[in-house]
Amino acid sequence: MPQSYQLRVNGEVRDVTVEGETPLLYVLRNDLELSGAKFGCGLSQCGACTVIAGGTAVRSCSTPVRSVEGRDITTLEGIGSETKPHALQVAFIEEQAMQCGYCINGMIMTAKALLDRTPHPTEVQVREALAGNLCRCGSHNRIVRAVLRASKGDAK
Amino acid sequence: MNHISLTRRQFGSALGGLVVMFGIAPRIVAAAEAGGPIPAMLAANKRLDGWLKVDSQGQVSVYTGRVELGQGNTTALGQIVAEEMDINFLRIRMIPVDTSISPNEGVTAGSNSIEAGGSALRAAAAEARAILIQRAAERLGVTPAELIVDDGLIFNKDGAKRTSYWELADSQPFAREATGTVPAKPAKEHKLVGKPAQRIDIPDKVMGRPIFIQDMRLPGMVFGRVVRPLSYNAQLARLDDAAVRKMPGVLSVVRDGRFIGVVAEREEQAIAAREALAKAATWRTPEGLPDPGTVHEFLKTRPDIDTKTVNEKTGAAAPAAKTVEATYRKPYLAHASIGPSCGVAGLVDDLLTVWSHTQGPFPLRSDIARATGIPLEKVRVIHAQGSGCYGHNGADDAALDAALLSLNSNGRIVKLQWMRDDEFGWEPFGSAMTMSARAGLSADGSIVDWQYDVWSCTHNMRPGNQRGVNLLAAWHLEKPFERATPAEQPLPAGGGDRNAVPLYDFPNQRIVDHFIPDMPLRVSALRTLGGFGNVFALESFMDEVADAAGADPVAFRLKHLKDERGRAVLTAAAEKAGWKPGVKSEGSRGRGLAFSRYETTKSYVAVVADVVVDRASGIVRVERVTAAVDAGQTINPDGLKNQIEGGIIQGTSWTLKEQVGFDKQRITSRDWVGYPILTFPEVPAVDVVVIDRPELPSLGAGEASQGPIAAAIANAIRHATGARLRDIPFTPERVKAAIARG
Repeated sequence: MPQSYQLRVNGEVRDVTVEGETPLLYVLRNDLELSGAKFGCGLSQCGACTVIAGGTAVRSCSTPVRSVEGRDITTLEGIGSETKPHALQVAFIEEQAMQCGYCINGMIMTAKALLDRTPHPTEVQVREALAGNLCRCGSHNRIVRAVLRASKGDAK
Repeated sequence: MNHISLTRRQFGSALGGLVVMFGIAPRIVAAAEAGGPIPAMLAANKRLDGWLKVDSQGQVSVYTGRVELGQGNTTALGQIVAEEMDINFLRIRMIPVDTSISPNEGVTAGSNSIEAGGSALRAAAAEARAILIQRAAERLGVTPAELIVDDGLIFNKDGAKRTSYWELADSQPFAREATGTVPAKPAKEHKLVGKPAQRIDIPDKVMGRPIFIQDMRLPGMVFGRVVRPLSYNAQLARLDDAAVRKMPGVLSVVRDGRFIGVVAEREEQAIAAREALAKAATWRTPEGLPDPGTVHEFLKTRPDIDTKTVNEKTGAAAPAAKTVEATYRKPYLAHASIGPSCGVAGLVDDLLTVWSHTQGPFPLRSDIARATGIPLEKVRVIHAQGSGCYGHNGADDAALDAALLSLNSNGRIVKLQWMRDDEFGWEPFGSAMTMSARAGLSADGSIVDWQYDVWSCTHNMRPGNQRGVNLLAAWHLEKPFERATPAEQPLPAGGGDRNAVPLYDFPNQRIVDHFIPDMPLRVSALRTLGGFGNVFALESFMDEVADAAGADPVAFRLKHLKDERGRAVLTAAAEKAGWKPGVKSEGSRGRGLAFSRYETTKSYVAVVADVVVDRASGIVRVERVTAAVDAGQTINPDGLKNQIEGGIIQGTSWTLKEQVGFDKQRITSRDWVGYPILTFPEVPAVDVVVIDRPELPSLGAGEASQGPIAAAIANAIRHATGARLRDIPFTPERVKAAIARG
């Protein structure tokens, strides 16, 4: 049966009434109208759906909504705003770090979890951190440069 | 029928959506209409207001027939218009392709957006500027020659007389046919074209704003999913859907023949119902696929193979002192888009309105009309961006799926996304291919004879073919539609024979295309069509022949190549990489080079690959790739580099890791474990040198680097280990076996 869940998303308390097993991804995208996280595989294999929950990057396609109640959830929309974009968002624009951009939510959110933990990663650390995020357009090197740029505070 | 009307805002600000319609009958593009001074696309869509519109608010709307696939073409096309019209780039508004209002440019494919679409827009924009200046001159009582344009302001020398594009907007200046005769700006006056421009779509994408079709939210929208047959030829024996119909949120279960779908209030409910329906279905799954181990031989022995000599040259030459022969293979490859295909459809203002990330909104519209029986004029297709497609993936099929589900739900707006296994299991793959080459080498080390044969299934089963309906669900209906009979497209674009004709100058050559009409696995256009396989084979073979001649691969190519631009990219890539002839490998590190001119008429690309081979495990790591590209006049240098880099990385992935798995019943690659692609730690560093030719026409570049990278890697492995890899992918097992053979 659907139940009411109180979620803390991007600093706001949001109430939703859904089945507890509903993947967080659909609650974010359809109930809360936050489109940043994307459906890619539903199998935790590609990373397009990544959000940060309780400080950790998680795959929202396979995270039941009941399991994140009470944890702080951050989505791509929550890390920066039009007037105050996050350093990673600025850096991804500066490096033109995508082609189609479908995977980019996962790249930025995984990178944010990395930088929160390791503010000045090496290139190898960035590549390892993103090893589970798939990009098909071949924008990998630009993405790595963008993450390094953000970590160095080079983003204008 | 429902009568839903939607305001622009309801489509989500970033999705473009509905724009006030103005009356232009879409025309069918006559693809062969090239030649003459007027660009073909402009000739096919002559109304100037079908391309451009100025408004009193200071904006220029650009109606291109080209769709944004993540390749950045709309940014570059906007640059071209802003340049010709002398306006700030920020005034440009690129309108997503909509069959109700946009020019029909057919399919956005084949690296043609800038080369063909850009030349039409440039001519239209140059003419638009001239018309506006003429109108201004009449209004101001001066001659056009006295007027200056700056960001849409029009004024004479002392500034006493002035007006603007925006003031002239109400006079319908573009309500006429374009003549295509107004000369474009000389390249040396360009201020925007040729300079890096930030892509217009990227800010929305990094901020997480709704920009993809998958992000669309419309009033009353519900969610659909499909349940595909267990295999291509599986027949539905039973479907007990009573329990599924009672599941929470389920609005309808649609069954028409072996097309099965479900519509539910919520997305996760549709997914749960899909799983339940799949379990409730009993399928008969006869064997229907060839043995994957011998599929290349199987394909070569299919009936009705159409064998044609597509290029032949004979001339005087020294006798062959040595003959070299080799056969190469590529497997079936998947587009493997990160975002599974999606369609949104519903009855809006009495039209079956379908949003799709298709490459060809107009051809898709015609196939949807035929598959649904709805008259063409009652079908509207609007492009919305999707995940990168790299050719004909599931986008068009998902559009028909959504339309069928909507039509079975009283026209309600249905958003349907394929699940991951739908995408891998049902997308049309890039065909498996076999390439055989034989060369005669004279005593002085020159190629005197070149014989080349390629076997491939079709590379084009896109919608819009009047001989059939090329949409998946249409084949599964109770009254199924036939897919079109495949046909090879003529060179230079070609299909299986794309890039089969070498750019080198050999005195004798014969290129034979064996077109296989049968297609045991579903196939269609994948980035480069046959170009990837052919360039892989021909550039691997050039190294094999150079080896037999005891020649350096760069010098050997230059010796056989007169084309100056080809020579320049080869030299530039070799120089940038620090190529040195005769360097011996210590056994694990190697370097290889390859070159091609895409479609033999488009961009020139040369690449140098540096690899490390772990001889014990057979694992190949491509460490660095250095590339040089000549795409004629570069519009957006950073966009061009992005495309070349991306093609190199995707091509490396194809070469080292990819092949579609199948058994005798069905496709077995169903997820990213079953179809691994290159990951961040495995991606090579890529360095791209752009040779800009501002005085020459722009050349298609989006697919140009993919063929050369495969051969460069093969040549590098050979240099490193002495082993020659002729079967893609170069899996560790194959590399180990090739090293063991020596």
